[in-house]
Amino acid sequence: MADLRTNFAGIKAPNPFWLASAPPTNTGYQVQRAFEAGWGGAVWKTLGDPILNVSSRFAGTSYNGKQVMGFNNIELISDRPLEVNLQEIYETKKKYPDHAVIASLMVEPQQEKWHEIVKKVQDVGVDGFELNFGCPHGMAERGMGAASGQVPELVEKQTMWAKEAAEVPVIVKLTPNITDITATALAAVQGGADAISMINTINSLAGVDLDSWNTIPHVAGKGAHGGYCGPAVKPIALNMVAECARDPELNNIPISGMGGISTWSDAAEYMLMGAGSVQVCTAAMHHGFSIVEDMIDGLQNYMDEKKLETLDDIVGKSVPKYSDWGDLDLNYKVVARINNDVCINCNKCHIACEDTSHQCIDMLTAEDGTDYLEVREEDCVGCNLCSIVCPVDGAIDMVEIPNGEPMTWNDRQAAIKQTSTSATELA
Amino acid sequence: MNFSRFENKSISLEDLESNFQEVEPDLTQKEAIDESNRCLYCYDAPCIQACPTGIDIPSFIKKIASGNLKGSARVIMESNPVGASCSRVCPVEELCEGACVLNDASMPIMIGNLQRHATNWAMKNNAELFKQGKDNGKSVAIVGSGPAGLASARELARLGFKVTIFEAKEKAGGLDTFGIVSFRLPQEVSLWEVEQVEKLGVEIRTNTTVGKDISVDELVSGYDAIVLAVGMSTVPMLGIEGEDAEGVFDAIDFVETTKTPPMSRDFVGRKVAVVGAGNTAIDAATCSIRLGAEDVKMIYRRTEKEMTAYEFEYEFAKQDGIEFEWLTQPTRIVTDEKGKVTGLECVKMELGEPGEDGRRRPTPVEGSEFVMEVDAVIKAIGQTRFVNLIEEFGLNHKWGVVEVNLDTFQTSNPKVFAAGDVIFGDGQGEAMVVTAAEQGKQAAYAIHKQLIGETESAAV
Ligand SMILES: Cc1cc2nc3c(=O)[nH]c(=O)nc-3n(C[C@H](O)[C@H](O)[C@H](O)COP(=O)(O)OP(=O)(O)OC[C@H]3O[C@@H](n4cnc5c(N)ncnc54)[C@H](O)[C@@H]3O)c2cc1C
Ligand SMILES: Cc1cc2nc3c(=O)[nH]c(=O)nc-3n(C[C@H](O)[C@H](O)[C@H](O)COP(=O)(O)O)c2cc1C
Ligand code: SF4
Repeated sequence: MADLRTNFAGIKAPNPFWLASAPPTNTGYQVQRAFEAGWGGAVWKTLGDPILNVSSRFAGTSYNGKQVMGFNNIELISDRPLEVNLQEIYETKKKYPDHAVIASLMVEPQQEKWHEIVKKVQDVGVDGFELNFGCPHGMAERGMGAASGQVPELVEKQTMWAKEAAEVPVIVKLTPNITDITATALAAVQGGADAISMINTINSLAGVDLDSWNTIPHVAGKGAHGGYCGPAVKPIALNMVAECARDPELNNIPISGMGGISTWSDAAEYMLMGAGSVQVCTAAMHHGFSIVEDMIDGLQNYMDEKKLETLDDIVGKSVPKYSDWGDLDLNYKVVARINNDVCINCNKCHIACEDTSHQCIDMLTAEDGTDYLEVREEDCVGCNLCSIVCPVDGAIDMVEIPNGEPMTWNDRQAAIKQTSTSATELA
Repeated sequence: MNFSRFENKSISLEDLESNFQEVEPDLTQKEAIDESNRCLYCYDAPCIQACPTGIDIPSFIKKIASGNLKGSARVIMESNPVGASCSRVCPVEELCEGACVLNDASMPIMIGNLQRHATNWAMKNNAELFKQGKDNGKSVAIVGSGPAGLASARELARLGFKVTIFEAKEKAGGLDTFGIVSFRLPQEVSLWEVEQVEKLGVEIRTNTTVGKDISVDELVSGYDAIVLAVGMSTVPMLGIEGEDAEGVFDAIDFVETTKTPPMSRDFVGRKVAVVGAGNTAIDAATCSIRLGAEDVKMIYRRTEKEMTAYEFEYEFAKQDGIEFEWLTQPTRIVTDEKGKVTGLECVKMELGEPGEDGRRRPTPVEGSEFVMEVDAVIKAIGQTRFVNLIEEFGLNHKWGVVEVNLDTFQTSNPKVFAAGDVIFGDGQGEAMVVTAAEQGKQAAYAIHKQLIGETESAAV
């Protein structure tokens, strides 16, 4: 049985599945229930100056009748007094010494404020800190959260201040509301961060009510932008994790990945892309803490099947495969092939290709009168669209066609440069 | 049973075997993914309460959705050692699916079919789901290898007991292997479950009838505990003239002949009367049709309202073209000079005042006798009990129904436990595979508690 024990930047946990700093980790009662259910760690709901909250805070987005494709919130950091949280953190850590308890912190960007809170929280025995530079709403208006997380100098400075006082590992949680996440990640590294985590939520407005014309959610008829998370954000977050993981300047800094993780397979993808631990918020809010059982069981079964023994055998293994467009082989060619035994003749591939791609799926009729579809392979550009819209497993395969020696854009440019220099030399 | 999913195959007279293929197809991959994602993953879900073995249904369905099929099969088989058979034979409308919260909101989740999907995966992939427990030095003998005996054996083996099953027939599995029609439960599914139990070190001695090939005393003195899981015996006599004629069958023996190929062609073109209107009667009738019988009538002395067969069984029989003769009682089997069945003499009945069981009593209508032209009569009016064996064990019983403590399944002999159809009595609904399995499990836990003294099952 695969060993899921985790050592993330020196923070130890029975497994890599941690609850993200959010409502599920608001109280000791909840975190202890989560540990009982199997979660390996928890990042406590962000501590800071006691905060007020509004009523009506969340909105879910549905897609084709499927609930909580995405999740939007305008909640702020913990609204409970710091002393109460500290007492509960202390009790929780004492009861669960082997689980990871990490305190999320957010204060104004001043050195003494960071020193003060780090020391206070450290005294109750946390395993690490996560600096929340990511909340996109409410806190930003006060110069905290995303507002400070979008300015690399502020990230670096605050990380440094926290590190000055911290005796346990410091994780810097990054906001996705920025053009290039590696810039703030680098600032965190330069500030001395032991690890980074991402993503916090993405600026969002969940919707507008067509009867009242109110925003969703609204507070007494007014709305404000919130933060988006849940399954919809996974590809965005996964790219950010991967970009950080492959950036040589970041020096393989441990990454805790999150954003839309709902199952063991989502988690495994994050791990392959470099996440040494994963965090979950929305899926737990949708289904309760018990979902972690299948995350653990599923990952273990997957690893056993692949003969992987520890997390080291999986974390980061796909990172070398993530590169720049210029390194992709321009001569690699795939074409669509339709398996008419499996095809149910919905013709969705035909119309997708006809209207919006390269017009190469023909609707034909056989001699016996049956309809079938066929790809004109010479015109197919291998875009995958038909196989994406196909509702049936195995009806369309994308198959590789031998197509000459590999040649990337970068190779090509280099070759062109070389010929033109030799041409000039000749001249 | 979800009739809309049935393959609309007509009965073939050339290829009788094909008539006994499973009538409901497996879910396709897409169906399984669509359906599993439709499950709400309720908290404290009513479907779990409605499953006699308490399978964590939302958990196994979530695992199908997440692609963790091994984990899914483990969750199912953990609670129900015959979970693959149950996915096909449980009356799910009355159990899990009947309790699904989506019944009112839209359509219940196809729990049975999803369970079948996950256990099919385990069968195909030869997955090892459980391990034998560490030897605890105690031994248990189990009499009968049906669902009750197998479930008991599986749990006892996981708890470290040395388990020996004694089985009268040549193959293990009880009615799952020999009694439930192939087009609902192919024999290989039941035999796979048997194999899972054998893999945990359980020895199954087939062709060994307790009371004949090995004595009751030998068991009682040779083992630390005994589980009696012999089920029920043959169909009782109708008590009418002509019952020993050629062409009169016991429904259970009759179904058994259809469980293993080749199919007999003896029924092609025959006219069959099935006496009774319970689930077994319906199985006998639908098997007759599938063996090529030309005309199959079910004879029942009460009406449609009183029949004990499940709604879906009744519907299924009607779809197969079975006819029903309500308020009709057989009085004599008519034979020719060679002793072959040529007809069934019946009398029409009418319903009088309700009897003790609350059901209205049928009484004969004078002068309404008539002869139905048939050349086979199948009796399906319940099952008799293994009274002799039960008495050899010296157990308290009522009409062959062994008395047990319903928490521990312990009989009047503290060393002997009983589970399954052998303790199934009147007023307890239908005898079912799933309840037999649960009782077998509980008997195992009680034995563990009695002999080892722990309540926790040390799951391995
Ligand atoms: C025709 C038919 C259809 C049915 N259909 C369904 C259905 O669709 N769904 C459902 O849930 N239930 C159904 N049932 C009921 C279900 O099969 C039983 O409730 C269940 O099999 C009982 O399990 P058991 O282990 O108690 O007994 P059984 O399955 O009867 O097993 C008892 C075993 O003990 C063996 N045995 C008996 N005496 C001895 C002895 N002296 N020594 C050694 N071995 C012995 C027998 O050979 C047999 O293998 C059906 C029953 C019948 C008859
Ligand atoms: C209601 C809500 C409140 C949140 N509060 C915090 C917070 O206090 N501090 C923080 O660092 N992140 C907070 N988050 C962000 C989550 O920790 C996490 O980064 C994000 O939800 C992405 O993960 P998910 O897709 O699994 O939900 C919150 C998210 C939600 C939905
Ligand atoms: S979940 Fe419902 S009941 Fe609970 S706090 Fe939110 S709005 Fe209130």
